[in-house]
Amino acid sequence: MTESLFSFPTFRLEAQGLAFARGGRTLVEDLSFELTNGNALVVTGANGAGKSTLLRGLAGFLSAHAGTALLMDEAGAHETIASQAHYVGHQEGSKPALTARENLAFWQAMLALPGLKSDLTPDAALALLGVPQVADLPVAYLSAGQKRRVGLARLLLAPRPVWILDEPLTALDAAGQALLTELMKDHLAQGGTLIAATHAPLGIESLHLELGGTP
Amino acid sequence: MSPSPLAALFSREIRVARRLGGGGTMGVIFFLILVTIVPFAIGPDLNLLSRIGPAILWIAALLATLLGLDRLFQADHEDGSLDLMLTSDTPLELVVLVKCLAHWVVTGLPLVIAAPLFGLMLALDPQALWTVTLSLLAGTPALALLGAIGAALTVTLRRGGLLMAILILPLAIPVLIFGVSAASASTSATTPFWPPFLILCALTLATLAAAPFAVAAALRHMSE
Amino acid sequence: MLKYANPTFFLPLVAKLLPWLAGATVAAFAIGIWGAFFSAPADYQQGETVRIMYIHVPAAWLSMFCYATMTASALGTLVWRHPLADAAQKAAAPIGAAFTFVCLVTGSLWGKPMWGTWWVWDARLTSVLVLFVIYLGLIALWQTIEDPGRAARGAAILTLVGVVNLPIIKFSVDWWNTLHQPASVFRMGGPTIAPSMLWPLLVMGIAFTLLFTTLHLMATRNEILRRRLRRLAIQTATGETNAQPTHRLTMTGGAE
Repeated sequence: MTESLFSFPTFRLEAQGLAFARGGRTLVEDLSFELTNGNALVVTGANGAGKSTLLRGLAGFLSAHAGTALLMDEAGAHETIASQAHYVGHQEGSKPALTARENLAFWQAMLALPGLKSDLTPDAALALLGVPQVADLPVAYLSAGQKRRVGLARLLLAPRPVWILDEPLTALDAAGQALLTELMKDHLAQGGTLIAATHAPLGIESLHLELGGTP
Repeated sequence: MSPSPLAALFSREIRVARRLGGGGTMGVIFFLILVTIVPFAIGPDLNLLSRIGPAILWIAALLATLLGLDRLFQADHEDGSLDLMLTSDTPLELVVLVKCLAHWVVTGLPLVIAAPLFGLMLALDPQALWTVTLSLLAGTPALALLGAIGAALTVTLRRGGLLMAILILPLAIPVLIFGVSAASASTSATTPFWPPFLILCALTLATLAAAPFAVAAALRHMSE
Repeated sequence: MLKYANPTFFLPLVAKLLPWLAGATVAAFAIGIWGAFFSAPADYQQGETVRIMYIHVPAAWLSMFCYATMTASALGTLVWRHPLADAAQKAAAPIGAAFTFVCLVTGSLWGKPMWGTWWVWDARLTSVLVLFVIYLGLIALWQTIEDPGRAARGAAILTLVGVVNLPIIKFSVDWWNTLHQPASVFRMGGPTIAPSMLWPLLVMGIAFTLLFTTLHLMATRNEILRRRLRRLAIQTATGETNAQPTHRLTMTGGAE
């Protein structure tokens, strides 16, 4: 893969006493952890244990019932995780009617952070993801795995220090999974951090959080 | 090299609308059908039609605005775009405003442009054509923004279109009242044009300032 | 104040208050109805039909008071995310719709002898009709959204949007009315109402307010219990006990 040309500034991701509920049920309670540059956190747990709820909460889509999750820089200034994170969920956020290139160009403009611009073009990112041939195709024509790769390409186009990945291996073939592992390793090497919910091993060095309804 | 986020959003919205078979064309056809149906219901008396013509055009515009509005945020919610927009640096209120603007350019503006033509079919005199078109130009943005509130509240509902109409039509009454008053200024001797037209503009500006906050709040809460 | 808003404190409090409130409601209605139907004189112009006023006017007052209650609860939902505010909001909507409906029906019944027609697009009646439609929209929203917390926040936003819009709607309906129907409609006596007619009206107003408070507290209590039931049903379905969720945070050395 490409050698990292830049690295993310030093930061600490701090979660303290987090609690999230879904549909009136508390799924995550009193959760605290801390990540810094280069750390990864892998979240496992049975179906319904609250993996997605936790990730959506960290991404700022759900408001926490208790606790805080913040990103602190060296000076001690803090920001919400959402404003610094890429969220990869079950959908890719691609418009079926637009081509892969158009979708990616849009997300590059929308998600780029000031001071962290990438020199990649959507076409180059698609090539890195192993699907250069789909750039001009409307996303509606693509297979699930290709759609996934197009979706993941936005992680390279708009560098953000935190990746929040919900079942990132879904729909990817063996080659695609190996590619994603490489991308995650590069991201960590650049000083990024990632939080991933998964059932299958991701092949990266990480902290491990196991969620369970009850023992 | 990369355009500003809001410009990128605007061009994406316009592109999607164009590729999906032109929401604008459909809206104008629907508008035409509504205008066509009324004479069948009330008779072809041109005097009567020219008297109530401005009102017919306004009601048709109100209903045509509702078309496709339920998909305004629902499509983004379903394909995951809405989540990603929430992580953007750009405030959701501005995202909402740009989406509404794009929606209005695609669906509202064609109605305004088509209004004089349909006005001719309803035997409006030249001055009435002007007042109707001007009042629609000033009023339809408010309708789109009010509609966006309903669209945001029903964003997770698969069949939210009817509920959306129930929620927003009462809120649209003031716009309708002043829009039709301004539009009928030339056909009725008792109504002046400027007072209702200026109130209509004020309503649109107030909606422009306030609705994005309500819409963004609704989207944040409803997409949880 | 927030202490009273805690459901575990709220439920016993309601249980204690309800009998007294119900008693006071019955007493106020007894006095009010006696005053309205036996003590107050018939109007010299309108005859006996004026007695409809004793139902119509308090119902109109309650239709707005109930919306004000919902607005306060909506703020509670959005600002403090308080479950009691959610329940109070949901409970108020059907009651408000009912009072608004009573106001419309009595207005229509009163209109028949006064105006010679069941319905007149009078500015006041029209505004109340729009309020009724807004109530119906709120109830529909409550019924369509499955998740109670989400429904509460959606309804709260709509309620606040409605509050901002109601004066504008009222103003525009007045404008529209004067435009189309120059003051030919009947106007109620206003402040010149005779004291013999005023006191039963005030008592009926108090009785209606007490009735609303009683019904609202009962409905709020029911809503809290319904939510508990729902939570228990979900817990049973997912085979969950009341134990807190657990999680383990471990360091994994090397690749998993």
